[in-house]
Amino acid sequence: MVPESYYLVLSGIMFAVGVVGVVSRRNALIILMSIEIMLNAVNLAFVAAGSYLGDPAGNVFAFMVMTVAAAEAAVGLAIVIAIFRHRETVDVSELKELKF
Amino acid sequence: MLRILWLVPALPLLGVIINGILALFFERPLLLRKYYEDLEKGVHEEDSHGHGAEDHPLFHHWYRQLVSITGPSVVGAAFFVALVCVLILVKRPPHERVFQLDLFTWIQSGEFRTAFSLYLDPLSSVMILVVTGVGFLIHVYSVGYMAHEKGYARYFVYLNLFTFAMLVLVLASNYLLLFVGWEAVGLCSYLLIGYWYEKKSASDAGKKAFIVNRVGDFGFALGMFLLFWTVGSLNFSEVFPKALEMWEAGTLTPAVATAITLLLFVGATGKSAQIPLYVWLPDAMEGPTPVSALIHAATMVTAGVYMVARSNVLYLMSPTTLTVVAVIGGATALFAATIGVAQNDMKRVLAYSTVSQLGYMFLACGVGAFTAGIFHLMTHAFFKALLFLGSGSVMHALAGELDIRKMGGLKKYMPVTFWTFFLATLAISGIPGFSGFFSKDEILWRAFSSPFGGKVFWLLGTVAAFVTAFYMFRMVFLAFFGETRLSPELKEHVHESPKVMTVPLMILAVLSVVGGFVGIPPILGGSNRFEHFLEPVFEKGAELVPAAPHHFSHSLELGLMVLAVLVAAAGIYLAYHFYMKKPELPGKVAEKYPVLYDVVANKYYVDEIYHAIVVYPVYRFSVFLWEVFDVLVVDGIVNGVGRVLLGTGQAVRRLQTGVVHTYAVSLLIGAVILVGYLIFG
Amino acid sequence: MERILFFIFGFVAVFGSIMVVSRRHPISSVMYLLLTLFSVAALFVLRKSHFIAAIQIIVYAGAVVVLIVFVIMLLNVAESKIPVERPTLAQGVGVVAAGLLMLEGALVGSRYGAQIEKAVDVGTVEAVGKALFTSYLLPFEITSLLLLAAIVGSIVLARKKF
Repeated sequence: MVPESYYLVLSGIMFAVGVVGVVSRRNALIILMSIEIMLNAVNLAFVAAGSYLGDPAGNVFAFMVMTVAAAEAAVGLAIVIAIFRHRETVDVSELKELKF
Repeated sequence: MLRILWLVPALPLLGVIINGILALFFERPLLLRKYYEDLEKGVHEEDSHGHGAEDHPLFHHWYRQLVSITGPSVVGAAFFVALVCVLILVKRPPHERVFQLDLFTWIQSGEFRTAFSLYLDPLSSVMILVVTGVGFLIHVYSVGYMAHEKGYARYFVYLNLFTFAMLVLVLASNYLLLFVGWEAVGLCSYLLIGYWYEKKSASDAGKKAFIVNRVGDFGFALGMFLLFWTVGSLNFSEVFPKALEMWEAGTLTPAVATAITLLLFVGATGKSAQIPLYVWLPDAMEGPTPVSALIHAATMVTAGVYMVARSNVLYLMSPTTLTVVAVIGGATALFAATIGVAQNDMKRVLAYSTVSQLGYMFLACGVGAFTAGIFHLMTHAFFKALLFLGSGSVMHALAGELDIRKMGGLKKYMPVTFWTFFLATLAISGIPGFSGFFSKDEILWRAFSSPFGGKVFWLLGTVAAFVTAFYMFRMVFLAFFGETRLSPELKEHVHESPKVMTVPLMILAVLSVVGGFVGIPPILGGSNRFEHFLEPVFEKGAELVPAAPHHFSHSLELGLMVLAVLVAAAGIYLAYHFYMKKPELPGKVAEKYPVLYDVVANKYYVDEIYHAIVVYPVYRFSVFLWEVFDVLVVDGIVNGVGRVLLGTGQAVRRLQTGVVHTYAVSLLIGAVILVGYLIFG
Repeated sequence: MERILFFIFGFVAVFGSIMVVSRRHPISSVMYLLLTLFSVAALFVLRKSHFIAAIQIIVYAGAVVVLIVFVIMLLNVAESKIPVERPTLAQGVGVVAAGLLMLEGALVGSRYGAQIEKAVDVGTVEAVGKALFTSYLLPFEITSLLLLAAIVGSIVLARKKF
């Protein structure tokens, strides 16, 4: 059996990679994908912990997270489309009207 | 059967609701319509007494008829219920004549529990009969008197509300509920004094009454707190036995009893217009005359007397307070009577007379003769209400004229008003056979003979009786006798008042005459049933009264009685001499002693003195607070806070870059710190 | 055997993630994302969470990734319009913070026991189905509302006339 800690460390690494993607990239599509990676990392931790504790709640939570991820992807992509239609860009650093 | 007692206050409240609906939904829209129509026509209605254009639909709308019925009838019904209750109560043996009706728990906090409950005993029986009975007559009178007023329904709302509040006051089973009624009657008094609120003097008088009463109420509230703190209850049925127990055990010291009773008495001086807080009552005459009759003569102003009589156990524990009460009562009786001598406004004379008569009642309470005080309260309610309503009738006939120097000879124009007024004057002057004689004489005798009394109090009362007889007959002679001094236009106008006003006058006149027969003293062959009726209320306190130092002979009592009558007769003769035989004499006297006359005519300059030592300093201090404290300190702090926030915002807004990454990174840093805290912290 | 498989899939997942984050063109990112998702699904299987693994492939690989591909094709961002990455100070700080977060995560993760305490199968379709339709029925139903809201929201947002 693989120890629990391996899963959690792997999950942490993946989460951190996703975070790096969110904070360092300008392309809105890649930022959305990075968020998917972060959510996957979290799911991994949930599932691992669930079977470690023998509780189906871990799997149920992973299920809920996936639902949220699907919804988020749909709405996020719709926003990207709307922005692109108006501004002809997917660069988030150009969208900074909401300031001061 | 006594459970129907709740109807007594509930019926006037019902009247408030019905008339209130009529006032809000029928009268107010009509008034506004009239206002805008007048505005369009450019009519400027100066006549605040409302003898203006009466062809307006406002004055013919059906709601007025309805108000005329509901207004008086609810009070009449309350009187009927009260009468039934009292008759049931009287059927019981004297010592079981107490009934408490718990309606609901009002305040519950820890051990402190106050119920909204009504308390009927002989004392409150007398009070509810006077309040609803005299109140009913005055309501009926008002139908005629106020018929031409714009705010007709509003008037009856206030009047019914007053009746309700007064009944709560006298039926309350504890000090707290009594205080509720106490404040509510103050509110109604304010509303009714300022009834003609377009008139500056009326609204000012309302405010004055309200503010002066606050001073008294402050004392009353403090007294109540102290009472609760020492005795631990405010319910009448618990307070008095407990206080007596503590008194015997020595845990309630005379000093504390004195403090409680003096503070309560401060409240009484405010509500019952005694020195030094009497100044509001004469100004209260700005209200409609029936209001003066009901509130400022018959009922509300006697609330202080009622409260002192109710607390007789506490008062008897403190001879100091009793002396203070007697001195203030006696001094007020004489002081106000002398002011009445030099007033020319009919209602003002009556106002000072009321203050003076209230002084008598307190004098009675102060010498421990609570029954005599309540007896005088009742007879005074009859004849003083009658006097006020009579003056209202005169005012009605003379289109608002109240100056007795401009009247004269009214006897032949308005016979009913004259005769009833005359009977009331005889009663207040203490002419034997009339109600005032019995009650006043009882007070004078007790002032002389009571262990708490003394010859000084008797002398004060007797001199005041002399002055009373003088100024009352001065008014009657000037107004009703002799040659008429009316202006020609007024002479055409003058008429007897309608039936709806004269019938209440006649009923009150009958009561003023026979009202005293319930309390004929034994020395005149009576049995003083009134005193026996009230006895159970005062017998607990009676244990505290020391035995009379010496016994007085019957001949002395009779002699003093005759003396009092002679003194009153002398006052009447003096008035006759001055104002009938030699009408030029008063002017000469005034010329001879100009300073004295000035001082008396200006009411001893008390208003001016109060203005200088109380009102003006408060005013200056308020101006100081406004110009210095408010503008510099308060505004400074407020503006300073605003400026600091503005500056901070200017500096911090740069953080809002609008770039998503900045936000994401700050979020991330927060997460790192939080997780770090959870791990290492 | 299990350990070897874990290391293989774990390595592929991390590698895929790094490639997703680092590719310039989104279409290559999507391909690596697909790789990552499959590896994670394999890791789920290793934990006997068959249900979640299946959902992972059907919903993520099947729906979400296809959706992203669709959008990329639809927008058809010209080569010149693809944002040029110029690192800013904030981004640098962010990367450092992410590194710290990873360290913290590793620290927490390594505290946990070496072995699974219970050998109960909690990830099978039967177990998860039971849990979902008994104890977690209400949250499960509420997800349908969430999805409805997402559908309505994305239609409104992506409409031509705003």
